[in-house]
Amino acid sequence: MIENIDTSLIDWSRAQFALTAIYHWLFVPLTLGLGIIQAIMETIYYKTGKEFWKTTAQFWMKIFGINFAIGVATGLILEFEFGTNWSNYSWFVGDIFGAPLAIEGVVAFFMEATFIAVMFFGWGKVSKGFHLASTWLTIGGATLSALWILVANAWMQYPAGMTFNPDSVRNEMSDFWAVALSPVAINKFLHTVLSGWIVGGVVVTGISCWYLLKKKHVEFALASIKVGAIFGLAASLLTVWTGDGSAYQVAQKQPMKLAAMEALYQGESSAGLVGVGVLNPAKTGYNDNVEPFLFKIELPKMLSYFAERDLNAYVPGITNLIEGGYQTDDGKTALSAQEKIEKGKLAIQALADYRQAKKDKNETSAAEARTVLDDNFAYFGYGYIKNPADLVPPVGLTFYSFRVMVILGGFFILLFIVAAILSYKNTFGGKRWLQWVCLWSIPLVYIASQAGWVVAEVGRQPWAIQDILPTSAAVSRLATSSVQLTFFLFLALFTVLLIAELGIMIKTIKKGPASSEE
Amino acid sequence: MKKKSVPIRVFHFYMEGFRSMTLGKTLWLIILIKLFIMFCVLKPFFFPRHLGQFRGESEKQEYVSDELIQRAIIP
Repeated sequence: MIENIDTSLIDWSRAQFALTAIYHWLFVPLTLGLGIIQAIMETIYYKTGKEFWKTTAQFWMKIFGINFAIGVATGLILEFEFGTNWSNYSWFVGDIFGAPLAIEGVVAFFMEATFIAVMFFGWGKVSKGFHLASTWLTIGGATLSALWILVANAWMQYPAGMTFNPDSVRNEMSDFWAVALSPVAINKFLHTVLSGWIVGGVVVTGISCWYLLKKKHVEFALASIKVGAIFGLAASLLTVWTGDGSAYQVAQKQPMKLAAMEALYQGESSAGLVGVGVLNPAKTGYNDNVEPFLFKIELPKMLSYFAERDLNAYVPGITNLIEGGYQTDDGKTALSAQEKIEKGKLAIQALADYRQAKKDKNETSAAEARTVLDDNFAYFGYGYIKNPADLVPPVGLTFYSFRVMVILGGFFILLFIVAAILSYKNTFGGKRWLQWVCLWSIPLVYIASQAGWVVAEVGRQPWAIQDILPTSAAVSRLATSSVQLTFFLFLALFTVLLIAELGIMIKTIKKGPASSEE
Repeated sequence: MKKKSVPIRVFHFYMEGFRSMTLGKTLWLIILIKLFIMFCVLKPFFFPRHLGQFRGESEKQEYVSDELIQRAIIP
C-alpha cells in the first residue's frame, strides 16, 4: 500500500521546529558566553578583593539572569513538538535520545537550579569562595545541558552506537560512549559552545561601548571591554580550530552537506574553497549543465585540504554523490543514489516481512527478513526518497549561510584583536568609530550564530536522521492547519518573550552597574 | 545559641533571597506565566502526544511500523 504524506505538512512542521529552535537559540549562546565572562570577573574580584570587580560581575550577572529567565524552558517546546509533530521520529529514536536527555534533565538542570540560587542570593551570605564556586558550577551546569542536547543532535547527523530492533521499531543504544563521544558530537559541542562564548564577548563589548558612547560608567565599561575582548578573541580563535574539525567531520560523514556548503556540483581533485561567490539563479537542478556560479573567488586546493587533509584529494560534488561511481576513501566504488534507494526499499520491505513473519509465528522467514534488514539498514531512509534530486538540500541557503557565519567569524576576530590591543594601550575610550562598530556587532553575532545552525540543519535535509529517516517519514500524520495554528501561536508567544527580554534588558542597561544588587 | 539545622538554613536562605528581589520578581512572574502557558495551555490543547491515542507499547509499535512501511515506496 502506498500512502504519501502531504508535503505542506512536512514543510509547516519543519518551519515550526525551525522557528522554535531559532528563538531558543537566541537565549542559549548568551547564557553560555556571559556565564563564563561573569565568572571570570568574579574570579578577579576573589583574587584582588576589589569591590569594583564585584560590582562589575554583579551587573553582568543581572544581564545573565534576565536572559536566563526569559530563555528558560523555551527548549521544552521542542520536546512538545517531538511528541506531537514528530511522533514517528520520537518513537524510532526514543532510546537513543532518552539517555542523553535524561542525564541532561537530572544532572545539569539540578546543578544549574541549585547553584544559580546561591549565585544570585548568596552575596554576603556565603563565603566568597563558595559563591565563586557556585557561579562556575552554574555555568558548568548550563554547559553540561548543552553537551547532552548537542550529543543528541550529533547522533541525528551521524547515527552511531545503536542497533535497530524491528520488534520494538526502535533504535536501541548498544554503545553509550559511541553516542556520547562520537567525533561529530565532540566537534559539535566544542564549536557550538565556543560560538556562544563569542556571543558573550561581543555582547559585553558592545554594551560596554554603549556606555562609552554615552560617557557613562567609563571605568566599568573599559574594564568590561578588556575582559570581553580578550575572552572573545580566545573563543574566536578556538572556534576556527573547532570549525575546521566540524568541516572535516561533515566531509567524512555528510558529504552532500559539504557539497551544498560549497555549491560544488562536479567533484574534483585539488578542489578550491569558495571564499566569496554569487550563485547562478538559473541553476535549478544538479544535472541541468548550468554553471552554478555567476562569480566566485576560490582559495586553490583548500577544500581538498579541509575535507581530506590532503591538498590534492578528490572531493565529490552533488552530481557525483547522486550518480555514484567515484572511488571512496576506503577504496570502494561509491553507490549511486538510485542504488541506495533500492537498498532502502529492501530494508523497509524486510521490516514489513519480518513483522508479518513474527505475526505468523514463522521464525525461519523472520530470521531471513532480519538478515536482509540488518544488511541494508544503513540505507533504510533512502527507501522513502521518490527522486534522487530530493537528496539535494537547499544549496543557496546552505551556501550563503556558511559564508555569513565564516565571514562574520573572521570579522569578530579582527574586532576583538583591535579592541584588545587598544584596551591595553588605554586608547579604546577615544575611538568612537570602534565603539559604534562594537555596538552594531551585537545583532551581527546573533546572525552569525543562527547562520551556523542553518548550515548544520538545512544542509542535512532531507534527513531527520542522516541516511536512516527522512523528514517525510518522521513527521506525524496531522492536519496541516493544526501545525499552521501552532506555528503562529509560537511566533506570537516568542515575540512577546523577546520583546519582554529586550525591554527589561534595555531598562537594566540604562540603569547601569550601580544598581546591580538583586 | 544553637545553630539551626541545614534544611532550615537553606529554607531561610531561599526565603530571604526571594523577599529581597526587585527585578527578580518581574522575571519570576514572566517565568511562571510562561510555564503556565506552556504546560496548562499549549501542552494539553495543542501538543498532545500523537502516540498517546494508543494503549500500550504494542499498539504504538504497530502504528509506527505501519506508518514507516506504508509511507515508503514499495513496489
